[in-house]
Amino acid sequence: MPSHPSARHHGLTIFLHWLLALAIVGAFGMGLYMSDLPLSPTRLKLFNWHKWAGMTILALSALRLLWRLAKRAPADLAMPAWQARAAHAVHFLLYLCFFAVPLSGWAYSSAAGFPIVWFGVLPLPDFVPVDKLLAETLKERHEQLAWLLALLVLAHVAGALKHQWIDRDGLLQRMLPGPR
Amino acid sequence: MKAIFSTTLIALASAALLVQGPACAATAKPAATATAPQLLAAQSELGFTSKQMGVPVDGRFKRFDAQLSVDPKKPEAGKVSFNIELASVSLGDPALDAELAKPVWFDSKKLPQASFQSSAIKALGGGRFEVAGKLNIKGQARDVVVPLSLAQAGTTTTASGGFVLKRLEFKIGDGEWADTSMVANDVQVKFKLAFSGVAPL
Repeated sequence: MPSHPSARHHGLTIFLHWLLALAIVGAFGMGLYMSDLPLSPTRLKLFNWHKWAGMTILALSALRLLWRLAKRAPADLAMPAWQARAAHAVHFLLYLCFFAVPLSGWAYSSAAGFPIVWFGVLPLPDFVPVDKLLAETLKERHEQLAWLLALLVLAHVAGALKHQWIDRDGLLQRMLPGPR
Repeated sequence: MKAIFSTTLIALASAALLVQGPACAATAKPAATATAPQLLAAQSELGFTSKQMGVPVDGRFKRFDAQLSVDPKKPEAGKVSFNIELASVSLGDPALDAELAKPVWFDSKKLPQASFQSSAIKALGGGRFEVAGKLNIKGQARDVVVPLSLAQAGTTTTASGGFVLKRLEFKIGDGEWADTSMVANDVQVKFKLAFSGVAPL
């Protein structure tokens, strides 16, 4: 069994993992809080910050996917096959959501007629037309996908904690920053 | 602010049209002078673009009117006045449109009309004009100069142009919205005003 606790992830992999974890939790929290706010400068600010965070997550996820394809993850630790399959399925769906959630939000912005200007500087293209009905649909999709992502994150964290506290197999150490 | 700019532009355009119209009519068809230019609302547009945290947001006014009177011999003596119904503003989103009616924005219940009254019209040649006048929005009057150009097709004369309005000069977006890092002070106003009854240029 290729179960070397020393088979850690690459430093860049670890950096991207935690940076994106932070960005995704932040964007999700903002999204949850801002959607019911009455129109105000605070709401406008949060919407734009949320969009900027989402586009940053999208760009970093593209970088991360390329990096993952170039640099394979270390071999699985010893675990029942169904658990390995479940973990891989969650990883696969997480990656899907890293792209689907920001892209649906981007499309929603475009359809609503409020295009994204990244960090207030870089105007991003609209790949769907301004269409109020489409915007409503895209908003729902964006929310559903964000909740799916949240559930996947919970499953991912639960799995990691199971390895840490129940299996005690050192799996979590492989994704933690620190000396090799 | 957008409304004010728009109004001004329209007024300027109207003035220019009136001036041109009577002059042409006098030389070609004297009877035409009896016909005052009429704004063709269905073919006219009054829009604006504001920037919210760098994001361009387009809006327009659905209801506005213009009155023109001009001496064909002396375009410089022409007059244009313009009225905009501030409650007809639309960003294409009912919730935002309701917000714009509030006192902090257009206060359109208390002061439903924005107006422009020309004071001077300058012909620049080549169908281009500069209309100077007073723009009045939300009880704030400011002198503005609106550049526009005229084009004729059939019996329709179209004045188009645009100018930049400083929204805070008219207290459009007051209080918590006065922060120009959130909503830029500069609002680009664009207009296209179609008139009938303007003699050939």
